[in-house]
Amino acid sequence: MTKYIIQRVIVSIPIFFGITMIVFALYALAPGDPLAMLLGERAMLEMTAEELEAARESLGLNDPWWGRYISWLSRAIRGDLGYPLTGGYTVMELLQQRIGPTLLLMATAFAVSLLAGVPMGIVMALKQYSWIDYLVTVLAFAQLSIPSFFLALGAMYVFSLKLDIFPTSGLQTIGEPFSLWDRIHHLIMPSFILAAYFAGVWARYTRSSMLETMHLEFVTTARAKGLRERVVVVRHALRNALLPMITVASLSLGQLLGGSIIIETIFQWPGLGMLGWQATLNREYPILMGIILIASTMVLASNLLADILYAVADPRIRYD
Amino acid sequence: MANDLQAEQQLFVDTPARRAVRRFSRHRLAMLGLGVLLIMVLLAVFAPAVAPHSPTKQELSLYRKPPTQTHWLGTDSLGRDVFSRLIHAGRVSLSVGLVAVGIYETIAILLGAIAGYYGSKLDWIIMRAVDVVMTIPTMIVIIFLVSILGPSMYNSMLAIGIMGWPEPTRLVRGQILSLREMDYVTAARSLGLPTHRIILRHVLPGVVAPLVVHATFGVAGAILLEAGLSFLGLGVPPPTASWGNMMSSAQTLNILERVPWLWVPPGIAIMLSVLSINFIGDGLRDALDPRGMETG
Repeated sequence: MTKYIIQRVIVSIPIFFGITMIVFALYALAPGDPLAMLLGERAMLEMTAEELEAARESLGLNDPWWGRYISWLSRAIRGDLGYPLTGGYTVMELLQQRIGPTLLLMATAFAVSLLAGVPMGIVMALKQYSWIDYLVTVLAFAQLSIPSFFLALGAMYVFSLKLDIFPTSGLQTIGEPFSLWDRIHHLIMPSFILAAYFAGVWARYTRSSMLETMHLEFVTTARAKGLRERVVVVRHALRNALLPMITVASLSLGQLLGGSIIIETIFQWPGLGMLGWQATLNREYPILMGIILIASTMVLASNLLADILYAVADPRIRYD
Repeated sequence: MANDLQAEQQLFVDTPARRAVRRFSRHRLAMLGLGVLLIMVLLAVFAPAVAPHSPTKQELSLYRKPPTQTHWLGTDSLGRDVFSRLIHAGRVSLSVGLVAVGIYETIAILLGAIAGYYGSKLDWIIMRAVDVVMTIPTMIVIIFLVSILGPSMYNSMLAIGIMGWPEPTRLVRGQILSLREMDYVTAARSLGLPTHRIILRHVLPGVVAPLVVHATFGVAGAILLEAGLSFLGLGVPPPTASWGNMMSSAQTLNILERVPWLWVPPGIAIMLSVLSINFIGDGLRDALDPRGMETG
């Protein structure tokens, strides 16, 4: 097992360097003075031409591209992602402030989507070709096809403006101290809407995976042993059908993050997604770069974790 | 008489293509999707002839008028006819979907074929590139690219096209690797067929079927992406109408509550087109599944 883990970590290393190279290439594409992205424009105004040139030299901006890449990478790994053009906080500080709300939103949406999608898939597989299968299939496809912002606008129209059950925006009620219920109250609409698409994905996935598993020999064996159908389905078929979900779920993390850009913008949820959108409008490329780097590293780490979890859950993998 | 019988027999030769068409036409949701999509495509293609009004002509006296007999879906904040804008927007949204997917499937065929055929070093490099791009959250990079290149229809196509290739590349490569080892390919080789003939006639057709299915779902996904970009103001810029940018005004609560005819019709249009394309994709997957080719 240790050998397997080490092997997976080694495979991830070139991918990590690939990610940093792409982010660095995007830096090069972004218009503007790279020095301003490192020091902040305000700090530059107070410096003389000689000081600026010295800073350029000491930060390695006069080096060839691979030299610039190495000095940028060594700073990034230490957590120095430069300054936004407007100064104030460093990019790293901004990301630290905003990552909490995004993780809360993503984790809730992820849990909701699994709790809704997997049972949908099981029902469809057990009642294949019945009217229930048909109905839930159409529902799952609708979840996959409705744009999240349309669903968000519709939900706001009905639940906030007409019925006044849920707030339209924000992390909590303005001017009130933090309370858990208030936070949950604000979290429900954005997380359920973000979850809708993924529930459709899990439903479709669980259905086909269950149908495949139900035809395997060990399920027939379990039935032949005289086990009750419920035990056969839950203990034998479902457990095996859901195994590959570990990988698929991990791969969806990046999509979940992408989806949170639109949801956070609509619901004014102060996370990484909203930060990214504001950064785009203000052409704050260092912030965008920081988000891409942090998000990609998170996805890479979760893929690694998924690989290891899969090997724990399914011993066959380790002997491949 | 004998000739008639022969002709009739020839008519009923059951080729894989015919079986696929038959299986597809039995998929009720796919046929429904095909019908709806056909109507939407026809409306989009003939938009200038079908639209009752100009999609860009402003009439300030018609400020946010609710639906009437002359303006079926009302007018927007600049007094433009919403229905006319809706069918013109279909041209933009559908073509962005098609072109973006065309771009990345082309990249995928090239890279996937290179990785699958030549193997070793090139394969390793291409597959690591796939891993890297798959790890980077697509939406954020697309937003970044569009903001550098400037929001426009062509840049949306390009940005979506540049980020979409890893998954189909993996698909093409995997398909080629497994087909290379098939008995019928070995048979073709031992019969002495030239390599290009084996590739063109025996390997590529096996790649086309799953790729077509992937591309169909891809178009649906690209339409959703473009709509999201335009909704955020980063896709197709006004005055050109796209389904996404028609809805961006609904970000203000006033319009959301009081002028629903501005944001509901384009939302339904996106959903209907994406749903239809997804149904068609599902039908194609069932119809083109080689495991089911023998039956049905």
